[in-house]
Amino acid sequence: MTLKGAFLAASALVSVTATALSAEVLTIATVNNGDMVRMQKLTDDFTAKTGHEVNWVTLEENTLRTRVTTDITTKGGAFDIMTIGMYETPIWGANGWLVPLDDLSADYDADDILPAMRQGLSHDGTLYAAPFYGESSMIMYRTDLMQEAGLEMPKAPTWEFIREAAAAMTDREKDINGICLRGKAGWGEGGAFITVTANSFGARWFDENWTPQFDQPEWEEALTFFVDMMNNYGPPGYATNGFNENLSLFQQGKCGMWIDATVAASFVTNPDDSTVADKVGFALAPNKEGVEKRANWLWAWALAIPAGTQKEEAAKQFIEWATSKEYIELVAANEGWANVPPGARQSLYDNPEYQKVPFAQMTLDSILAADPNDPTVDPVPYVGVQFVAIPEFAGIATDVSQEFSAVYAGQQTVAEALEKAQALTLDAMEAAGY
Amino acid sequence: MARAVTTQRKAINTAFAWGVGLLIFFPILWTILTSFKTEAQAISDPPVFLFFDWTLENYAAVQERSNYARFLWNSIIIAVGSTILGTIIAVPAAWSMAFVPSKRTKDILLWMLSTKMLPAVGVLYPIYLLFIRLGWLDTQIGLVLVLMLINLPIIVWMLYTYFREIPGEILEAARMDGASLKDEIIYVLTPMAVPGIASTILLNIILAWNEAFWTLNLTAANAAPLTAFIASYSSPEGLFYAKLSAASVMAIAPILIMGWFSQKQLVRGLTFGAVK
Amino acid sequence: MATQHSRSAARLMMAPAVFLLLVWMLVPLSMTLWFSFRKYLPLRGGDLGWAGFDNYVRFVTSSSFWPSVMTTLIIVGGVLVVTVMFGVLLAILLDQPMWGQGVVRILVIAPFFVMPTVSALVWKNMFMDPTNGLFAHLWRFFGAEPISWLSEASLPSLVMIVSWQWLPFATLILLTAIQSLDSEQLEAAEMDGASPLSRFFYIILPHLSRAITIVVLIQTIFLLSIFAEIFVTTSGAFGTKTLTYLIFQRVLESQNVGLGSAGGVYAIILANIVALFLMRIVGKNLDA
Repeated sequence: MTLKGAFLAASALVSVTATALSAEVLTIATVNNGDMVRMQKLTDDFTAKTGHEVNWVTLEENTLRTRVTTDITTKGGAFDIMTIGMYETPIWGANGWLVPLDDLSADYDADDILPAMRQGLSHDGTLYAAPFYGESSMIMYRTDLMQEAGLEMPKAPTWEFIREAAAAMTDREKDINGICLRGKAGWGEGGAFITVTANSFGARWFDENWTPQFDQPEWEEALTFFVDMMNNYGPPGYATNGFNENLSLFQQGKCGMWIDATVAASFVTNPDDSTVADKVGFALAPNKEGVEKRANWLWAWALAIPAGTQKEEAAKQFIEWATSKEYIELVAANEGWANVPPGARQSLYDNPEYQKVPFAQMTLDSILAADPNDPTVDPVPYVGVQFVAIPEFAGIATDVSQEFSAVYAGQQTVAEALEKAQALTLDAMEAAGY
Repeated sequence: MARAVTTQRKAINTAFAWGVGLLIFFPILWTILTSFKTEAQAISDPPVFLFFDWTLENYAAVQERSNYARFLWNSIIIAVGSTILGTIIAVPAAWSMAFVPSKRTKDILLWMLSTKMLPAVGVLYPIYLLFIRLGWLDTQIGLVLVLMLINLPIIVWMLYTYFREIPGEILEAARMDGASLKDEIIYVLTPMAVPGIASTILLNIILAWNEAFWTLNLTAANAAPLTAFIASYSSPEGLFYAKLSAASVMAIAPILIMGWFSQKQLVRGLTFGAVK
Repeated sequence: MATQHSRSAARLMMAPAVFLLLVWMLVPLSMTLWFSFRKYLPLRGGDLGWAGFDNYVRFVTSSSFWPSVMTTLIIVGGVLVVTVMFGVLLAILLDQPMWGQGVVRILVIAPFFVMPTVSALVWKNMFMDPTNGLFAHLWRFFGAEPISWLSEASLPSLVMIVSWQWLPFATLILLTAIQSLDSEQLEAAEMDGASPLSRFFYIILPHLSRAITIVVLIQTIFLLSIFAEIFVTTSGAFGTKTLTYLIFQRVLESQNVGLGSAGGVYAIILANIVALFLMRIVGKNLDA
């Protein structure tokens, strides 16, 4: 036995006894999307390394959000780790409800986290949640249909081009919709999409004095454009379509174009699930001709530790494991590079293996195109691209997106919806003391 | 004496009733069938009904993701536990209301029912804080108590109506024979009340099994029942009809089977005193 | 017959149930009342002090309030009408002589065992989805344009889903009542040449009135608080926001517990108005 071998064996022995002493059971609340489900399957690797066991609480996004919010605001302590997003993290961090993640180990290499993600998950420069994956939005389109239509997708198209292409690709006989977009009510669903669309038309949620801006012409233009395009070239009943519904439609070959989260790229190009896997192209999210902002959002699902947990050390170990470079390699080894959690680390995009993945560069470009600190053409007092990072936003935006969905369903006009949105936002902001 | 029914009339009845029955049952049947299809077959156009390659892969996929047995066990404990506890508390109350009625009996009953009208979500924060204080969060005992309280009014009312059907003379006769209150309950009342109690228990197990607000919001990993299990399947990514169906079947199968085996009991007993 | 002794024994036996329910009602109720007068914003640090009647005024003047009351009444009323009507017809049908009565009964009561979340998910995705739903397939088969049920016909769709769940309950109770009907009375009426319709209206329906009362009362209590069906299918969009759902939005989405609690108080008031109304109309049948 070499000296090195003996040393390794001894240190392994030490680490085994050390972990055996402090083995904990962590309760982790998470969202039921593909990457998180994959992480659950790989938990054994974490348990083998640290001795800690994990209990998963997997919930659908909206249920998860209400569940963890109730627990954190009441300091319930039901969870040791919570999966939260860019909207919650700065607000909770500011309230002192999360354990700061500023002392992660050197191996973890926190500086490798993409700056956009890091900023979005920090408050006052302190990281409060570690990104498991990050996303922006981009255009996914059918290369074959585009060719048939005699068009070529530019790398950075405008909304005008998108509408033209949608018109050309729509084929009602063959059940092909030119474009599929989110219309479902909910601030994280259709609400997010219409907000970035509005950004790319030069609109904004609030002016510098926190006055709602739905009475401005930019909003009317954006909403009218969206409704008009979707009514003509969108799928039937798009008012109830969210991310999952559109993904399913696209995978079945029923959409010419789909503008949505960059993480969808790995699902639509996966031949196991997608009938159009080898016919998908990617492009930057569009803007209105002449408007400098594009319809890119920025989001990350991240892991955070509620302050006051008894198992802080073990929880940090888990977070380091789940958001590490090694984890990415573990997934790559098991499921291939196309399925690793994207958008969190620079090193992933420097990896030549990953650069071969067709959507890698476009994902990074999209993420870099979004700036939460300067999301709109006109200045705004808030942070966040497709959301406004204030506690009242989720409630307001859900109400507003319900008014918009009613427009999509043909139950009211654009003008009526905007008027109601303006009134209810004013009312809610007044109640919050702005 | 019932008239002889012509075969023809009976055949028409049968055909019609079966048609309606199958129509009502169809959503469940369709879910069961879909759970054995592949995801592609689940959305095929035109839909395939019976002739597809039956597969168990969806069940395997669901089981791989969630520990079904633990959710099931919690559901059983919570539903059965809350019902039994509720029945133990309700039997004496219902007994005294039925046999020693006062002017206020009706008021008390209606008041009990009215406690069910408080919208649950309005009191989520108070109850959540209370549970933290008591250390009941994510425990079976906490949920057993909450569901017991939620269903107690229904249990009391159902039992009350059954007990009222029991003729008072029998009790008086027993008393004449020198039976004590205890004997009266054990030897006279109980045997007559068993069918009513049984169907009360059945109905309340169903109600507790299907309660989805408190069971979801007061649990995390340890005490989460099947309502939480299904909450992780409501919008997975991509094609999911087959997996959703498999998860649905797993969530409802135990209670469905229990219901079917005891349907005679349930049909006989579900009157709430409506029969007069 | 009741002696002083048995009366006090009776009180004693009633005590646990009454006490527990009293606590279960009073603790949350008083907490709701308390919070409804506070500015309670969990995400802004919790209880921020006295709010007077602000929450009450704000809740009731919100543009969502009256529509949500209407929606609540429409859903409750719609489901009641559908379940009672079809429940009576089904009960009569199931009471007829036939082969395999037990099996048919099993088929009919099955939806009652399905948890609301599952039923909403199944209806929404596998039946009402405008692209892959079974209804869409059916519509296309007949050459019609598929309907997006949950946006274009949101309220009827919801009433249908909820009615499907509650129809078995109504049927069961009504069936038990019909089975207790004196068949000789019916036969006598038939001998006298009464038409099936008049037999239904003059004998069967009056006999069922008490059972219908029970169905209406119990279902109303449960229907006023339906939540999962709306949460899963429309999330409150397309005019399906009931009062319960509005309170959910205020408490959990807007994170305004004070405002939501004021809404809770309104919901209790509405429930009691409905209950009073019910008692007036049908309470005579209920000599509980």
